[in-house]
Amino acid sequence: MDERLKPETAVGVPALGRELGAVARRRARSRLVSSLRANGLASFGVLVLLLVCLSAIFADVLAPHNPRVGDLMDSKLPPAFLPGGDPRFILGTDELGRDILSRVIHGSRISLLVGFTAVALAGFIGVVLGLVSGFYGGRIDDVIMRIADIQLAVPFILLAIAVLAVLGPGIQNLILTLGVAGWVTYGRVVRGQVISLREKEFIEAAHCIGVPNLVIMFRHILPNTLAAVIVVGSFAVASTILAEAALSFLGLGVPPDIPTWGGMVAAGRDQILTGQWWVYTFPGLAIMLTVLAINALGDWLRDYLDPRLKI
Amino acid sequence: MGVYIIRRLLQTIPVLLGVTALVYFILFQTGDPTFLMVSTDASREEVERIRRELGFDQPWYIQYLQFLGRAVRGDFGVSLRQGQPVFDLILERYPATLELTFAAMFIALALALPLGVISATRRNSAVDNLAMAFALVGQSTPVFFLGIMLLFVFGGLLGWFPIGGRGRGEPIDELRHLVLPAITLGTFSVARNARLVRSTLLEVLGQDYVRTARAKGLTERVVIWHHALKNALIPVVTVVGLEFGTLLGGAVITETVFAWPGVGSLVIKAIGQKDFPVVVGTVTILSASFVLINLVVDLLYGYLDPRVRYR
Repeated sequence: MDERLKPETAVGVPALGRELGAVARRRARSRLVSSLRANGLASFGVLVLLLVCLSAIFADVLAPHNPRVGDLMDSKLPPAFLPGGDPRFILGTDELGRDILSRVIHGSRISLLVGFTAVALAGFIGVVLGLVSGFYGGRIDDVIMRIADIQLAVPFILLAIAVLAVLGPGIQNLILTLGVAGWVTYGRVVRGQVISLREKEFIEAAHCIGVPNLVIMFRHILPNTLAAVIVVGSFAVASTILAEAALSFLGLGVPPDIPTWGGMVAAGRDQILTGQWWVYTFPGLAIMLTVLAINALGDWLRDYLDPRLKI
Repeated sequence: MGVYIIRRLLQTIPVLLGVTALVYFILFQTGDPTFLMVSTDASREEVERIRRELGFDQPWYIQYLQFLGRAVRGDFGVSLRQGQPVFDLILERYPATLELTFAAMFIALALALPLGVISATRRNSAVDNLAMAFALVGQSTPVFFLGIMLLFVFGGLLGWFPIGGRGRGEPIDELRHLVLPAITLGTFSVARNARLVRSTLLEVLGQDYVRTARAKGLTERVVIWHHALKNALIPVVTVVGLEFGTLLGGAVITETVFAWPGVGSLVIKAIGQKDFPVVVGTVTILSASFVLINLVVDLLYGYLDPRVRYR
């Protein structure tokens, strides 16, 4: 018998496969990093997002003052770099004498918490319903897609306003509302992908060897839709942070004693004509920069993962 | 075409039914509204009598059908706080919201189209980069923050425009009141559509028939405005219908910033006062307008693109 055909030598094949897999993964990773580096806007986005995450995690250490308590003696101080400013309050104080910088730092917590958890919830609901809808088709598909149509017929913010008006403000209610209201985009995108995937040969092959439907859906189809889900999700984080800010601005989001960027802008609204622009400008800029960073990252992710995706 | 119109009309019926059911379900969660309507010292018998009279003792599906029967006739009940029929309250303020929404839509299209075309035809030039940077920032700015900044700069500092309200009587005065809110509401849509026009036009410019048109020796202007843009606009028209949803939702926020006397500021005030019939009525009417506007856009779409009718 030829030496090369002995069974023992075949053992090398999985090892070789592992080796090649590791090489491919390393290459993919370095390609990801170099693509990110080549995109100036996306690199900027990563930096800003990192900064916001760090300030959310270490808010208690970073914030120079208590964000909820102020001294009325320090009320309405302009930023430190302006005439009349106090070096203790770099970005000035609001009418209750609370430090704007500390409140902006703490506000990042709510924005990120609500943004990411609501998107995760929406993504979970949307992916499952989209998978089921696309995979089984027929009446289930009809029902799920009609529900999606109905939900789309109510403008997103309006639906959130109506639900929160009934449930009342609160972080949990906010996450739940934005999460349930936001599933439709994922559902539609995943469904579309599943419909084209389920006709592919590898799925047919899986059916033929008796793989159960659930396993086909979650192990063979789901991974192939993830690129689209990640891209949809990245833009959804941006729009959810905007929605949270808008709802907090309207007083429907988070209770007013918790510092949020939207709530801070709302509180500063009365100062438009009295000239204390710093009260609403800095939290407003914080929302803008964060959302900008996430949108820039989303653009890059779409071009990197699936340039043909129309989102 | 006739069949298409009828089919499309029939499709809106279940959506409208679903929307009212959704809104009614949300309202049902608020519990028995009888207690909001009787005085606190009413006897138990009196409360029971009013509950039976108003039908609140019936199961929810009966109540929903009754609600539906009344809603079709434009009867959304009576405002708990103002004592006026909800429908009259909404009707009184509805034109203001439509005016704001259409003005924003006009700005969105009037700016997005040229911006997108210039960007696509001078791809990667300084103009393109500038326009796309503007679009990215525009998509990342919260509506309420933009409104407040515009109010601060153009209303407060420069005094060019009034700081709120709708103005009355003279057309010039009304226009001056409309400028800032319309820009505030329209900016997000300008940004989104400019990017959409750019990307679809770029795609079309790579098509064979564009090369043929150029090879025939047509001027670049004719190629772009006559041959390419017509086809690039098809996806844009679809989005215009959906854009109204974003705008109607955004109008609620813009109206509160500018004290614009539309249904948006009405619903926010009603939420503060727990005036639920007004909330339900407003959400239903705004959603129904959105569905109907979409219907009109879809019918126009079928007219513009004959392929749609045969699907």
